[in-house]
Amino acid sequence: MKADPETPNRRSVLKGGMAAATAFALPGCETPTAGNSGGADMALGHRLRDGAFPEPVREECVPILIAGGGVAGLTAGWRLREAGYDDFRLIEMERQPGGNARGGRNAVSAYPLGAHYLPIPNQEARGLRHMLRQLGMIVGDSDGKPVYDPLQLCADLQERVLWQGKWQEGLVPKTGLSPKDKVDLAAFDRAMVDFSRRRDAKGRPAFAIPIAYSAQDADLLALDRISFAQWLDKQGWTSPVLRAHVRYACRDDYGTEPAEVSAWAGIHYFAGRRGFAADGAGDNELTWPEGNGRLTRLLAERLGDRVVTGQVAYRARADADGASVDVFDAARGTSIRYRADAVILATPHFIASRLLGEKADADHSYAPWLIANVTVDRAPAGKGSALAWDNVSASSASLGYVVATHQSASREGPTVLTWYMALSDMPPAHARRLLVERSDADWRRLVRDDLLGMNPDLDGAIRSIDLWKWGHAMIRPTPGFLWQVAPAQRAAIRPPFFRAHSDLTGLSLFEEAHYQGMAAAEAALSLIGHAHETLL
Amino acid sequence: MADTPSVPTERRRTALVGLLLASVFAVATCGLIYELLAGTIASYLLGDSVTQFSTIIGTYLFAMGVGSWCSRYVKRDELRLFIRVEILVALLGGWSAAGLFLLFPLVEQFRPILYGLVFIIGFLVGLEIPLLMRILRDRFDFNETVSNVLTFDYVGALAASLLFPLLLVPHLGLIRTGLMFGLLNVGVALLLLLLVPARASLMRERILALAVMASLIAGFLLADRIQRWSEIAAYGERVIYATSSPYQRLVLTRHDEDIRLYLNGNLQFSSRDEYRYHEALVHPAVGRVARPEHVLILGGGDGLAAREVFRHPQVRSVTLVDLDPAMTSLFSQTGLLRSLNGDALTDRRMHVVNADAFRWVRETKARFDVIIVDFPDPVDFSVGKLYTESFYRMLRPHLAPGGMAVIQSTSPLVAPAAFWTVARTLEASGFQTRPYHVYVPSFGEWGFILAGLVDPGTTTRLLPHNRFLSDATARQALVFPPDMARRPVPVNRLDNQALVRSFAEEWARYEG
Repeated sequence: MKADPETPNRRSVLKGGMAAATAFALPGCETPTAGNSGGADMALGHRLRDGAFPEPVREECVPILIAGGGVAGLTAGWRLREAGYDDFRLIEMERQPGGNARGGRNAVSAYPLGAHYLPIPNQEARGLRHMLRQLGMIVGDSDGKPVYDPLQLCADLQERVLWQGKWQEGLVPKTGLSPKDKVDLAAFDRAMVDFSRRRDAKGRPAFAIPIAYSAQDADLLALDRISFAQWLDKQGWTSPVLRAHVRYACRDDYGTEPAEVSAWAGIHYFAGRRGFAADGAGDNELTWPEGNGRLTRLLAERLGDRVVTGQVAYRARADADGASVDVFDAARGTSIRYRADAVILATPHFIASRLLGEKADADHSYAPWLIANVTVDRAPAGKGSALAWDNVSASSASLGYVVATHQSASREGPTVLTWYMALSDMPPAHARRLLVERSDADWRRLVRDDLLGMNPDLDGAIRSIDLWKWGHAMIRPTPGFLWQVAPAQRAAIRPPFFRAHSDLTGLSLFEEAHYQGMAAAEAALSLIGHAHETLL
Repeated sequence: MADTPSVPTERRRTALVGLLLASVFAVATCGLIYELLAGTIASYLLGDSVTQFSTIIGTYLFAMGVGSWCSRYVKRDELRLFIRVEILVALLGGWSAAGLFLLFPLVEQFRPILYGLVFIIGFLVGLEIPLLMRILRDRFDFNETVSNVLTFDYVGALAASLLFPLLLVPHLGLIRTGLMFGLLNVGVALLLLLLVPARASLMRERILALAVMASLIAGFLLADRIQRWSEIAAYGERVIYATSSPYQRLVLTRHDEDIRLYLNGNLQFSSRDEYRYHEALVHPAVGRVARPEHVLILGGGDGLAAREVFRHPQVRSVTLVDLDPAMTSLFSQTGLLRSLNGDALTDRRMHVVNADAFRWVRETKARFDVIIVDFPDPVDFSVGKLYTESFYRMLRPHLAPGGMAVIQSTSPLVAPAAFWTVARTLEASGFQTRPYHVYVPSFGEWGFILAGLVDPGTTTRLLPHNRFLSDATARQALVFPPDMARRPVPVNRLDNQALVRSFAEEWARYEG
């Protein structure tokens, strides 16, 4: 792992292992729960790292090549087609495009393997709205605002939190709060509302989604230089309830602890969303049984046979005619050299750097996640509020679960619960090692115990637990990344290579990947001289 | 027991004798109460009260005989055994009513449990009287002992038989009555333990008695919750049929000629006045359609709305979509219920579909002249979706030109915001509406909404021989007095479920 700046040494592994052991105390022997286990194609990924691929045996010409079939790559392809440009190819290493937004399916339901919802986009997200209209998610307009398909909006009840033994609507506990909790929560809320309303001299929001549309006032950018925890300390907001909620938010969106997230990113979570929609749907989100796998599937379908799976790019070089990209075809076991006028590298930063033969810098770190799809014979219940789409426990190490069948007509009978945990309480490299080294049976036990802790009513109803391990699930917006590292990285992009990934901004959000995908596609179109009107 | 009798000990002995005699009274009262409880519960749950009471009393008395006979094998330490038996009776008898109610829905074979329990309680009570006589024989002569014990026994029985129907059942309910007499039993045991000269060897009995007492007090305090868990206790009518389907719990009760259906504890109809509800549901809509040939009924698996539909001679087909096959098969197979719905579900024009209406409406292509929407009240989110704008928008294309839909829309008196939310939501989905309401005694004031692609208007052609709906009552139904008048309400959407929320709030306020 020469190129990986996070290669752990022996001692830190031991320490990490101990931290893990204390974080998740494992119970004794019990009957193992059935299930399978998966994740990003690690064999192919590591082979890419080690550079062991055969030399190309043939050449193909394609004017624009997109390497990477996650949200950014698929969006780039969609953007090219929107401009009436069809002469491109998208190669994807895995068997299925979609990246972190992929979904799975079993006999009971489809379910997400990663990203599982898209909040109603802000007014500034023009290009994204354009796409949602085409995909049938925006069905009309009312009073100048888009009307979203009610069947794709998250149905009521959206969220509930388990607090002091009882479920409550929403994510912030409302009862049993100390005076300090109430004061801090109210003050925090007011501050976030102010940030959300704030605009700069040009009318740009202080915190926009995508963040490219954000104001860049000095006092705002200064927030990116300290951690969210430091910023909260400075305000004197130490209420444990507030801090627990903030921690949930940071782990949920960034897979990272508040002490490691920049204050700008932390505030962005709370002050960035101003969903633009008719019928009061602005606070809602779009979601599907398979999560954002719905969006990536619809995008991939529109690209048709331009998408080629099982092909991994391992080398990219600029030359006199443009670019050449060497690609290994896993099915055939041979390699191809693509000759292209423009190449969009829609891969994480560490892969793009490796392809270009550059040294990956140490500024990028990635949060590992564990996702478990738990098939249960009956829907979870619980004291207090009814079952919601997103169910979170205030006292659990996990981030709770979403219910895959929440959007379907019938909520009775068996279902799949998608359980999430960001392994954020240890250094990412240690957590990645833990993901691999701990046995699946132990992980399943951990998932089951956590779930039964939230819902004892599920005792005896768990049929299987399918694990999905993401070693590099999300870029971590640590202090300085968003407004120093990321802009420098974007400035270093040189044609004929363009980059498209949420790593380029530092927030692992659909909206960011989408924006970067569009931007890269438009830059590529400009390079080859194809006229288009910008959607940015 | 070599202690010299001092004055306090002597006083204590007298008190012990008094207490022992009082405990005969208590034992007799409690025993009879448990017997009456078992008989009443068996009549509620299994029907046929004569058989239930006869067999319960028979079993109980026989068990007492067995207990008395077995007392001969007790050779020593009668007082300790008496106390133990008393504690055990307190536990079993005290919890008997709650236990039987809770167990009824859970077990396949209820009778063995019922008679087993009655036998055990009878056995223990039967053991008690001879034991008491033997404990008291040293204090009185034989004649006096027999006379005392039997007198208190029979007076206790009289007290129980008068208290039970006059005071206990009406005021405490069955579950609390049982628990209260359990407390009386264990109270006797505890007093005896206090008065018996201190002996460390009775420590275990003391702990046991206190534990049983604590459980009974807890049960007494939580009786309302237990009552709710055991829905059946709540009906207060004879349950003639009860089953659980994957979707709901169906319970049929019968009180004289009144047959009632409860789904998840909510009354669906009472055979005494359901004609009012179903005439009002069906005829205003059908009578507004020129040729009502094809009719869709959503919900209404009891076939009672279908019965009214089939009274219209022009009707050629009825499609009934009900989620629960247990419901439609019950109402198409049971003689009693078939006579209620006039064999509507087995009519050759009837087409029963067991499916989720939301999904079925989305997938079907058929169009109907009349659509009757008779879903359960929007008590939770999974029923609430059937009252949303999305659902009504999907429904609209299935209404033929000139057709008419009608929607049962809860009570405009109890839940006016909920009622008008349905109207507002229908209008937001592109329907023109005419709300109306009627009085159904078992439900109260109840509301419906006519929904058409054009204004449903104020007139309808009614069949002759309606029992409730006449031209005059149909006209009157369209008038809303101020306490039910229209008010500003939101549109009910999948992502706000405004209806489920207002319905829950309004009914909670109404029920206090």
